[in-house]
Amino acid sequence: MFPTPIQKASLKINITYKVLLIITLVLWLLPLIAVMMTSVRTSGDILKGNYWTVPTEFALIENYGTVFKLGNLARYFFNSLVITLPTVLGTIVLSSMTGYTLAVHRFKLNFLVFAMFIAGNFIPFQILMIPVRHLTINLGMYDTYWGLIVFHIAFQTGFCTFFLRNFIKELPFELIESARADGATEWTIYRKIIIPLTLPAIAALAVLEFTFIWNDYFWCLILSQSEGTKPITLGLQTLQGQWMSSWNIVSAGSVVAALPPVIMFFTMQKHFIQGLTFGAVKG
Amino acid sequence: MTFWQRNQLRIAPFYFLAPGLMLFLIYVIYPIIDSIWVSFHEWNGMSKDLLKADGTPKNWKWVGFGNYIDLFQDEDFYVAFFNNVRWLILSLLVIPLGLALALFLNQDFKGMRYIKSLFYFPFVINLVVVGLIFAWFYNPKYGLLGQAFSGLGLKPIPILSDELYATYGIIFASFWPSIAYTMIIYITGLTGINREMIEAGRIDGASGFKMLWHIILPQLKPATLIAVVVTIVGALRSFDLIAIMTAGGPWGSTKVLAYKMYEEALFNFRMGYGAAVATILFLLMDIYIAYFLYNLFKNERGAK
Amino acid sequence: MRILKYLIILSTIFASSISSAGTLVVNSNQSGESSEAAFNAYVAAFEAAHPDIDVQVNLTEHEAYKTAIRNFLVAEAPDVAIWFAGNRMKFFVDQGLFMDVSDVWADADLNNIMSSSKASLSVEGKQYGVPWGYYQWGVYYRKDIFDNLGLNVPKDWAEFKWVCAMLKKNGITPITIGTKYLWTAAGWFDYLNLRINGYAFHMGLTAGKISYEDSRLDAVFDAWRELIEPGYFLEDHATYSWQEAQAPQINGEAAMYLIGNFYVPTLESAGVVDKMDFFQFPPIKPGVGMYEDAPTDTMHIPSGAKNVVDAKKFLAFMSDPSAATNWAKMGGMLSPNSLADAPTDRFQQMGFAMLNAADGLAQFYDRDANPDMAKAGMEGFQEFMVKPDREAKVRARMEKERRRIYGE
Repeated sequence: MFPTPIQKASLKINITYKVLLIITLVLWLLPLIAVMMTSVRTSGDILKGNYWTVPTEFALIENYGTVFKLGNLARYFFNSLVITLPTVLGTIVLSSMTGYTLAVHRFKLNFLVFAMFIAGNFIPFQILMIPVRHLTINLGMYDTYWGLIVFHIAFQTGFCTFFLRNFIKELPFELIESARADGATEWTIYRKIIIPLTLPAIAALAVLEFTFIWNDYFWCLILSQSEGTKPITLGLQTLQGQWMSSWNIVSAGSVVAALPPVIMFFTMQKHFIQGLTFGAVKG
Repeated sequence: MTFWQRNQLRIAPFYFLAPGLMLFLIYVIYPIIDSIWVSFHEWNGMSKDLLKADGTPKNWKWVGFGNYIDLFQDEDFYVAFFNNVRWLILSLLVIPLGLALALFLNQDFKGMRYIKSLFYFPFVINLVVVGLIFAWFYNPKYGLLGQAFSGLGLKPIPILSDELYATYGIIFASFWPSIAYTMIIYITGLTGINREMIEAGRIDGASGFKMLWHIILPQLKPATLIAVVVTIVGALRSFDLIAIMTAGGPWGSTKVLAYKMYEEALFNFRMGYGAAVATILFLLMDIYIAYFLYNLFKNERGAK
Repeated sequence: MRILKYLIILSTIFASSISSAGTLVVNSNQSGESSEAAFNAYVAAFEAAHPDIDVQVNLTEHEAYKTAIRNFLVAEAPDVAIWFAGNRMKFFVDQGLFMDVSDVWADADLNNIMSSSKASLSVEGKQYGVPWGYYQWGVYYRKDIFDNLGLNVPKDWAEFKWVCAMLKKNGITPITIGTKYLWTAAGWFDYLNLRINGYAFHMGLTAGKISYEDSRLDAVFDAWRELIEPGYFLEDHATYSWQEAQAPQINGEAAMYLIGNFYVPTLESAGVVDKMDFFQFPPIKPGVGMYEDAPTDTMHIPSGAKNVVDAKKFLAFMSDPSAATNWAKMGGMLSPNSLADAPTDRFQQMGFAMLNAADGLAQFYDRDANPDMAKAGMEGFQEFMVKPDREAKVRARMEKERRRIYGE
């Protein structure tokens, strides 16, 4: 291990390290702590500009209640879920297929297709804005869940293909060869061998994609408009417009909006790190 | 053996690729080409079919390189361009900082796993939220920074409304999530490092910085490549933070190309002009994409 | 490709809520607590009068709405859309995106009861929308601070500057303003320009017919400079949104704010409304009439509307005096309906009296001018307010934009 495990060092260094660690952690999370503290402040505190000291009174229930009741946050939250979950699923299905074939099969355009996926993934996505908007409108999918879902799947397939292709390439090729010798079709190999072995990477991707889609702000701005489809990032913006100087309300909304990816991340942490180790880094 | 079975290895790539590739072609590749096509036109984003009295399209007009000529005479374009350069250069600092943090955190004792995941937080948080937090941190009257200045008896600097500092202020805010991201990449990289080589290095008397430079960093090369690309792509895409923190101001001094494009297309209704900005941005990005692909290609060759 | 399209069509049918007959879709920008409640009251009154019609409101945040409308008018038009009078409406009319509603004006007798706003909703003699509210701009000030310092409402430019000087001397910020989103600076430009050069000049300038380097504008920037150089405006105003700039006035650290009447609900919820008062922007150049900015908010039927019959009923319902009164009043606006009850709120009363006596009404700089000109102009105003020594450069840049946009 590098650096040298701290257990091997003297007690003094151990203590210093842990104290430093705590200080760094607090500084690192200071902005978050501030937001959480603000989300329970009363409006009186905010008007006085009392942002950084311990709240004089707590208004936890009032503030979060306001966000859900007047801010319509429950609906946005639901919309975000309806957009995010199918997107994550669809992306993983499609990109595990493309990733598999690009990793395993030899054909002429293999590297070209792969390069295209990577290049597409790295472009500044804003340049797609004008045509994608019109495409979505012409397909009759403007301001529907599907408009956002299909676009996200298409765009994220680039990154996920890259990620999964590299992961699958690291798998022992003999497994596939022996299955082929037993007469398994490519589809069976994909379903029965590749998918189970790829699960750690898929779990990692799922968390990552969940975060990306959940936090998307740009595309929902372009492709949705009504209360029925708007996800939480736009809801947060609406909230900010309505309650511009009520930082406590905006903060409460921010905390709510940030929660799902954080929970997702915490529960899936082990898979996430494992998957990343195999996948992306070994590119 | 049926035809299907005999040829399945040749057929398989088609049906495995078809759905993903088709969507990708429709939603990514075609729009790129279309965007470039639009950049040679004057278009306000309204129906292209609407005709004027003389039968020519009302909202859609071929102007050749007109938009690009306008662009190169537009002071705003240079402001945005140089801001992008600033983003690019300064963002690279994120890489050593992320590495340093990863090294600092790469310990293993009880509870460390949870502490590490607390450090990952900024990465999963919405940029809208990050922007709000930092805008507020910089607030000369109520922000922590302003109060710190006042505490020292200095006059607070209004970071986000001073053309000299505003861009740097936003870049600094972007460091928070992006350091978290590079740190994650490096931590995963560090767990995959060859232990024997470290032991061998120790026996040879290498330690500290020497060990890092000669033994660790070479092994972290793939991680570094990813970190560099992710950072550069992020820097060129930077948009959310600017939209939230300054809306491009003061007087347009924090605009970057992506923001300028958005503004021209959606606020000023100059789709063609916006598309021209997008095309320039795309060309810039191509340099890095090419570099990345070249590296990848070299690695693949090496592996075979 | 075809399969994909079928799939997509199928899923769209599945996903989109099918709007049955009798449903009226309205896209609204009335975000913010009081505006939302005010609009909901109008909708409720309308539904009570037309029980067979079910109104579905899509609310978008006020700023985001300005972008969204360009999408939805083309893509999936609602039956009614809220928007603004003047050049902003005309743009969509020119694109054929708003329906001619002259028949609503005739049938619901709006030609008589809304005669004062008719011009701002007409293009070539036809009406393309119905107004629902307008409001005044002016100076909202802390009466308690003025009283403490023995200051009176300034009657002319010299007095105004003197009041500023006195406030400054006593440690009070004379004028608060937040220019992060630019348009508040345009309020200052509009008033200085209207008071010095008058209405025709304002309209000519916003129509792109007058140069930004025209010598008649020198006096406008000079007058502005007389407030900027002594430091009468809030420090670091480019950092703040217009809402954030309210705080100094609410806290009693700043005395005056040139803003629209939509400011009042905030004053009420902050509990300082009793300490506040309003005055008309003072005259500057003798002989120039008292012209005011009075932005008008409107409703339109997009050309792609599905339920036109009910949409027209929704617009025509503005002729109902009590519904019109309620919406305007709760939203802090004045009703364009002449049968509506006279306002009872004192700020609305003052605005009503002031606007009735005005020599002419402009919409607002960024509503009268083209969007890209407005953007360039307002960035210039903001820069000038922070760096007044750059006047020549700023004006040259605005002029360059004007030439490009209006093609001279």
